[in-house]
Amino acid sequence: MNRVDGYGRIDRSRTLRFTFDGTVYTGHPGDTLASALLAHGVRVVGSSIKLGRPRGITAAWNDDATGLVQIEEPFPEPMLLASTVELTDGLVAGGVNGQGRLATVADTARYDRRHTHCDTLVVGAGPAGLLAARTAARRGERVVLVDDRREAGGSLAPTDRIDGRAAHRFVADVVAELAGYTDVLHLQRTTAFGHYDDGFVLALQRRTDHLGSDAPGHLSRQRVHRIRARRTVVAAGAHERPVAFADNDRPGIMLASAGREYLLRYGVLVGREVAVFTTDDAAYAAAADLAGAGARVTLFDARTTTPAHWTRACTDTGVTVRAGTVVTGTEAGPDGAVTAVRTGPAPGGDPAGGTTTPCDTLLVSGGWTPAAHLFSHIRGTLVFDDALGAFRPGGAVAGTEVIGAANGTLDLAGCLAEGAGAQAPSVAPEPERVPTLVTWWTPGDPARQFVDLARDATVADITRALDAGMRSVEHVKRYTTIGTAHDQGRTSGMIAAGITAELLGRSAGDLGTTTFRPPYVPVAFGALAGRERGDLFDPVRTTAVHPWHVAHGAVFEDVGQWKRPRYFPRPGEDMDTAVLRECAAARRDVAIMDGSTLGKIDVQGPDAGEFLDRVYTNMMSSLRVGRVRYGVMCGNDGMVGDDGTVLRLAEDHYLLTTTTGGAATVLGHLEDWLQTEWPHLRVHLTSVTEHWAVFPVVGPRSRELLRQVFPDLDASNDAFGFMSWQDTALDGVPVRLARISFSGELAYEVNVDSRYGLALWERLVAAGAHLGITPYGTETMHVLRAEKGFPIIGQDTDGTVTPHDLGMSWVVSAKKDDFVGKRSFARPENNDPQRKHLVGLLPTDAATRLPEGAQIVEFAADGTLPPPPVPMLGHITSSYLSAELDRPFALALVKGGRARIGEVVHVPHEGSLVAAEITGHVLVDPEGARRDG
Amino acid sequence: MTAETRPLRPAHPLESWEPAFAALTREVAAQGGDLVLEPAPQARATDLRLDPAGPARPAVAAALGAGLPTHPNTWTATDDGEIVWLGPDEWLVTSRYARPDAAEPALRPLVAGHGGAAVDVTGQRVALRLRGRLARELLALGCALDLHPSAFPGGHCAQTLLGQAGVLLLALGDGDDYLIHVRSSFAGYLAEWLLDAATEFRGAAPAAGT
Repeated sequence: MNRVDGYGRIDRSRTLRFTFDGTVYTGHPGDTLASALLAHGVRVVGSSIKLGRPRGITAAWNDDATGLVQIEEPFPEPMLLASTVELTDGLVAGGVNGQGRLATVADTARYDRRHTHCDTLVVGAGPAGLLAARTAARRGERVVLVDDRREAGGSLAPTDRIDGRAAHRFVADVVAELAGYTDVLHLQRTTAFGHYDDGFVLALQRRTDHLGSDAPGHLSRQRVHRIRARRTVVAAGAHERPVAFADNDRPGIMLASAGREYLLRYGVLVGREVAVFTTDDAAYAAAADLAGAGARVTLFDARTTTPAHWTRACTDTGVTVRAGTVVTGTEAGPDGAVTAVRTGPAPGGDPAGGTTTPCDTLLVSGGWTPAAHLFSHIRGTLVFDDALGAFRPGGAVAGTEVIGAANGTLDLAGCLAEGAGAQAPSVAPEPERVPTLVTWWTPGDPARQFVDLARDATVADITRALDAGMRSVEHVKRYTTIGTAHDQGRTSGMIAAGITAELLGRSAGDLGTTTFRPPYVPVAFGALAGRERGDLFDPVRTTAVHPWHVAHGAVFEDVGQWKRPRYFPRPGEDMDTAVLRECAAARRDVAIMDGSTLGKIDVQGPDAGEFLDRVYTNMMSSLRVGRVRYGVMCGNDGMVGDDGTVLRLAEDHYLLTTTTGGAATVLGHLEDWLQTEWPHLRVHLTSVTEHWAVFPVVGPRSRELLRQVFPDLDASNDAFGFMSWQDTALDGVPVRLARISFSGELAYEVNVDSRYGLALWERLVAAGAHLGITPYGTETMHVLRAEKGFPIIGQDTDGTVTPHDLGMSWVVSAKKDDFVGKRSFARPENNDPQRKHLVGLLPTDAATRLPEGAQIVEFAADGTLPPPPVPMLGHITSSYLSAELDRPFALALVKGGRARIGEVVHVPHEGSLVAAEITGHVLVDPEGARRDG
Repeated sequence: MTAETRPLRPAHPLESWEPAFAALTREVAAQGGDLVLEPAPQARATDLRLDPAGPARPAVAAALGAGLPTHPNTWTATDDGEIVWLGPDEWLVTSRYARPDAAEPALRPLVAGHGGAAVDVTGQRVALRLRGRLARELLALGCALDLHPSAFPGGHCAQTLLGQAGVLLLALGDGDDYLIHVRSSFAGYLAEWLLDAATEFRGAAPAAGT
């Protein structure tokens, strides 16, 4: 065991059992999977994606480039970092060799999102962030503080002291103070992963992952917080960066800060024979701490001058300090893990530095790179800081501040001051620093010097990119794939830019850095989907009669977001049988459907008629009160956009209907014209789609039914003619009836306040029982209207079809000065006789139902398709079996179709050519004899 | 009595959800939570369009017994309902007792001569009442607006999205009492959405730090 007594913030009183690659191990609450593995001396966790080289754990948090694991229990998840997986009892995991594996079972956990608003958002609960949050809270602000670790405190060590007490005591005090404010939301285990304009930040909270199999099912496992902040303070810290040297990817090599963190946070001594390679002061603390815990430590500092205080602290604990020395390579044992380091003289260093030193662990520190991602996400400018050897926030972004190590401030006193200003607590002065010797890589074989360990990308790959002519870091990134793995180049990005700059003979600041983009950490799609899955994926809209449809066995069809009955099968019926029966009932007796989904718009105002004249192709101002007119709307391009009926309710009052799917679009289209082009027209539009339940009652016996149900109604043809409407009442409830027919049959649309919709439907169905009233669905509606040649906008049209193409020149007014689309009708293209026309199509075998979408080609006398390219004449837009015609039929758009009526064409279908005759598009009752009953 | 002769009665699209709403309240209360979700009584509703600077406003206010709110996104109470600001020249007038004064036939003559409009939209929407200490937290799971009482106190309203349903949200109190108008066709979806969102409160509250 590498666990040492007296260290760490784990709960040693409890033991957790977990399985890794088939072996059972133990750990403690507070461990990560990585710390527990290291405690057991497991150093090789997987192999690399391209070269298959052994991979270990290189960091203690999400900056680890290599420690990827596949979780099997409690739920299969691919490619998580062992260093960020909190250990739970019963965890089963394995190393990733190459790629991870997606789960093959559904994820039953809940995920959700929460909208959160605040005055100040602080990202990072290290010393700077904690104090920034405290300062804002003390001002009475609404504050959100998020931090991605298990507990607040950032990188503070147990030996650090703030305000005269142990740093962790100080942290606990601040956390307790924050908890006392009603309007402070403090979330640990929450990673801000995206920063967008106007103070919008996305953060992922891992709510129950750490509870393992004990996670309660009623809580979302992960939650995406959508945070809107007036001010955002980024206190996300800094990432230690490595140095590229030959064979720097071996297990056992990790960041110096990680080696220290495993000891101080988890009580794990990662090695007994430890080499430290540094270009910076911070690694000395790691060396001293590990030596103090029992390791034999040799520290190689690339700098010829070492920091006096830290050198003394190290030598006091037995650390050997070798100045002016760099690591140039490593050696490995049979498992691939490091067994020795080769060192050489640094430039200006001791020429006798070249030697080989045995070790089981190598800690590396190349200095610190500010974690300024959230600043970069909103296009904050990053500037190169020569002293840091890294990019740090430069220009200002309104509403965003970057403080602490994320701002390049590495000393504790500075971090506290940036968080709390004059209220900053006191800390002991820090020992004098020796400047970082910015070092991207050391002499050695570039093909073995790994820059991005996650991508197996080396210095040689960068050279290759430059040899291929790449000059921008963005191009080098894409050519080499450096920085594109799970860690998005957290440790590799800066050294890749530095090496590229040096190879090009330019300064790193001049060359610039790649742009950081969200997400900062990988985020599961399930978390982004939240609760919008399954039944809640998309709203389901239902009508007032929906419960009746369900109770009567309707088969539903999705029309936009609506659930509409497609047909009502009786026992043993398939769709064709049910639809033939429903069609026959509508043409012979009486049938009823729920048309409540039709869009409905109330139009009021003195200029209502004028307005409708401008948006419909036909005249609406001439419609008499009490009458109904069918209308077509076109876009500017003259193509049919929607159709429906218009009722004139009063001189200044109309009610129009739209297609089910077009309701919102049409209202938007009308408001667009009204508000932007014709604001002087005195017209108001109001959606009443759901106010009215609408039931077409269709068939020769529909008049009989209406007379029976509405005794006050004079339903005679003279008193209630085709395309007129009347108001009546039933039990005191107003009912509006309109003689509108989408089937060619005598038909009425019954309109009622939708609250009464179900009751009135039941009344009509009950009253019509003796007439054989038959409920029907959208499929029958489609057949009935197709038999009459009525187009469905969006099925028989596709945005390229004019009213004339549909054979509806009559609906285009020649009298009106203007209307939307009028000018387009004068274009030569619109008058080309070879435009596609809507025609009927009858398969000559009277048996084949041609598929919708099938192509139409010229008749081939030999019955075989000519060699391609075969000229296409058009395609089938609607195709059904007809009870009335006792045969299949279709509607089609065919080039010059009206001039070809009577001709026979071919339709390729299932490997043969089906002959079909072009007909007029009205196949049933072309004389219109049935509409009056 | 058969369906053929049973008098026409209005149905509330959320009637069938009431047992589930009641169960939610009980389960949340068992955890020490406070959340009440119930269908609001149906009210006559009229969409009113009117130039706020025009001459019709006093007559309308007299008919409704309350002035039309002109501050954006606010509502005022009448004796039996609300007048809700929907836009610079648009209001929703509700009346639980279906007072004739507050209905389309009475209001249209007052405004039509001045370029206004009145439309009966009673069946267009239904309303849910959501109240209790957890009400605001529940809404935060699906509404992007800031509903903190300092930003959305009683008397405020908003046309926004809850889940994926467009809603007209009224703050009846300061952070613990809301009226949610939703298009009738979306009512079932919204009820299901709310019940699912409230799953959060049906079990033991998360331990500190979660």
